[in-house]
Amino acid sequence: MSTYAIFQDESKCISCRSCQVQCKINKGLSVGPKPNQIIEVGPVNKDGRPKANFVFLSCFHCADPWCVPACPNEAMQKRDTDGVIFINQNRCAGCKSCIMACPWSAPQWDAQKGKAVKCDLCLERIDAGLKPACVTACPTSALSFGPAENVPETKRIRFARQIVASEGLH
Amino acid sequence: MQDVYSICLMCTVRCPIKVMVDNDDVKLIEGNPHDPGIQGSICPKGAAGVCLLNDQERVKKPLIRTGPRGSGQWREASWEEALDYVAAKLREIKDKYGARGIAYTERSQLNSHISKTFMRALGSPNYFSHDSCCKGSLNTAFRSLTGYTDANVGVDIGKAKHIILFGRNYFESIELKAVKQLTNALENGTKLTYIDPRVTVTATKADKYLMIRPGTDLALSYALMNVIINEELYDKEYVRHWVLGFEELKQFVGKYTPQWAEQQTGIAAHEIISLARQASAVKPAVIFHYGYRSAHYTNEIYVRRALIMLNALMGSIEAPGGIFFKKGAGAVGKKPLNKLIGQVLPEINEVRCDGAGTAKLPTPDPAHGVVQMLPRAILEEDPYPVKGLIVWRHDPLLSIPDYENNKRAFDKLDFIVTIDIHFSETAWYSDVILPESIYLERGDSIQENAGLKPSLYLRKPAVTPRYDTKPGWEIMKGLADRLDIGQYFPYHSLDDLWHYQLQGTGLTLEDFAAKGFVSLCDEPIYWNREDGLKFKTPSGKIEFVSSLLEENGYPSFPEYESVQPPAEGYFRLMIGRNVAHTHVSTQNNPLLHELMPENLLWINTEKAGYLGIKNGQMVKVSSSRGQETIRAHVTDLIHPEAVFMVHGFGRKVKAQTRCYNKGASDTLLQENISDNIGGSPALQHVHVKVQAVG
Repeated sequence: MSTYAIFQDESKCISCRSCQVQCKINKGLSVGPKPNQIIEVGPVNKDGRPKANFVFLSCFHCADPWCVPACPNEAMQKRDTDGVIFINQNRCAGCKSCIMACPWSAPQWDAQKGKAVKCDLCLERIDAGLKPACVTACPTSALSFGPAENVPETKRIRFARQIVASEGLH
Repeated sequence: MQDVYSICLMCTVRCPIKVMVDNDDVKLIEGNPHDPGIQGSICPKGAAGVCLLNDQERVKKPLIRTGPRGSGQWREASWEEALDYVAAKLREIKDKYGARGIAYTERSQLNSHISKTFMRALGSPNYFSHDSCCKGSLNTAFRSLTGYTDANVGVDIGKAKHIILFGRNYFESIELKAVKQLTNALENGTKLTYIDPRVTVTATKADKYLMIRPGTDLALSYALMNVIINEELYDKEYVRHWVLGFEELKQFVGKYTPQWAEQQTGIAAHEIISLARQASAVKPAVIFHYGYRSAHYTNEIYVRRALIMLNALMGSIEAPGGIFFKKGAGAVGKKPLNKLIGQVLPEINEVRCDGAGTAKLPTPDPAHGVVQMLPRAILEEDPYPVKGLIVWRHDPLLSIPDYENNKRAFDKLDFIVTIDIHFSETAWYSDVILPESIYLERGDSIQENAGLKPSLYLRKPAVTPRYDTKPGWEIMKGLADRLDIGQYFPYHSLDDLWHYQLQGTGLTLEDFAAKGFVSLCDEPIYWNREDGLKFKTPSGKIEFVSSLLEENGYPSFPEYESVQPPAEGYFRLMIGRNVAHTHVSTQNNPLLHELMPENLLWINTEKAGYLGIKNGQMVKVSSSRGQETIRAHVTDLIHPEAVFMVHGFGRKVKAQTRCYNKGASDTLLQENISDNIGGSPALQHVHVKVQAVG
């Protein structure tokens, strides 16, 4: 895993999808590719109340990523210093191997440029001491960014509960 | 990269923004980080402003119609020619029918003092804002109770302990500051009760969601008052001091018991009692939200009055965690901004063509007019012919109910000119389009932001215009000069306009440089609840028994009229908002279109099954006014008597290629029927038939 993580406090997420739009603007993307996305599950009736799950999904920045070795051109890279996985756009030949390799469809196809694009935690921003564009944009502060070891325990517990709850929905 | 602090205009909330500019191009838009209520955040519409800037489908040059209206046949013109042409046409109408033969309509905006001045100087009483179609009845409700309009009132979400929302869908009709406050409040334990015939995102965040029968909000409020008064849960001191007509209300609501309301609303009596008790337990830090768009039913003003009265019973009007009156520069001893409308202008003695302020419509606010009456006034030439229409930043064709009737009215006009940034339905049906620069390309009049802590904000140009467009204030000045009323517009540039506004305030543009805004005080200002509440009613109190209503022959407390369920196969058409779109103005934005390309018809699962309608299937929706096709969204999350669609789809202008013909138009289905006491159209009055297609 990268040394950083984006955490989503799902109880605060209102599925406005500012994160999705702001990411696309920041990466100069048009209609189509979504480096991050909110997936709506529900609402379902929970104890007489309508409850919905809005799940933020982008890239997990895996410790042992399948996309990096899948890239024949060494465009998909893992940064040594912090484990952030990013695409060197100049090297991307548009072969889509990374898209095929990733189990979670983190790399997306940018049809306009004919290249793959993915969440790189906004490297230029975080190197400048800023937060990723999606995190700053979030109207309810449902998204937060920081070193992975700072994950508040409560959020882990909440996440675990959500996994169990969402399994019940299938 | 250069940061320009400005004000968003993807909707009318006007959140402060930081525009990140590189080489005269906008790279990213974030919320203004210096504003503690914003902290860099931005909504999806605000973020997608970048796509609007670079949209190839904007109006790029002044256009003069060459083919029939609505045919899309235009010729490009220079600004000089277009303005000369418009002025000549307006002069013709003025000479033939008098200045009153020209009407003007807009969405209220930072430059409204300019457009109001334009109409006054021209000599026409027919200035309209879109307000009646949104919150006209709320405006009248507030004036009838407090003497202030809804625009003078806000809600203190951050300090509230219980917030009750009657369909106020905060999390989808997004306002950054309110959404942030509400999210934080919920995390800190504020209770949220949400009442709506439909489960919205806001409903999913509530502690209690109550599905109400559509159209029965007033019954619920009467029963809540019944419990609060019977059980003596109200703030006695506050009511004694500040309320006129409490005894009359007490007598009146006696028969409206929770058990009675259960029959009307479908909400269990014990839930109503429980809500009344829970809310009262934390008074005065409780908000019965009075609503924002308040144009649903013909009894709208009474629905809104009842909600405001519930707050008065809680003593929450002008209390921390309740409702407050907004304070302006004057409240901190500062001089307010100068407005052009403050000049000595010609008096107008003509009556308004819509009848606002006359015996026909005595109570709706004549300062805004009742714009949905305009088609009738044009068609019937009653009280006099209206033959010219100026439109700025408004789409009356698509905002006033009954689209086809609106078109028939427009067909009777000799001349329509529209100032807009894109091909709205009205622009497309106009004779001339004068293209306005978008908010990222222009500056506007300085914003006076009244509130608990008054402040001033500045919209300034972040980049140069992409196309041959101009700011609206410059266009109006150009027209005024040609109509010999230019002397009332003493500016030549944006700097001139800003200096005019700031003159005598002790402030200069330099004061805005660091943060993009100026705070006029540090601490929130509340009036003293013991002796300092400055109600502007004749009695100086909150008038449950309203002089405004009674003097005009209307009751203060009307008996409840039961809402009949729709006939077999019919549904009440409810409309609302989605976070991706603003009214009728963003459907063609590429990234917002991607978020929500079409509207869907929400229909209850059981009813859909009975009609043979499957989820995702196309259905025909028809009313007395027209018919549309739309995709069905079959769900348990809507009351069986209602169907729902998001406002603003089903567009007929081909030049807006992305949203053209996507989804259905609510406007085309709605009947133009109003709450004539409050002034709002009853946008959810119409019943529609729903049938499977094919």
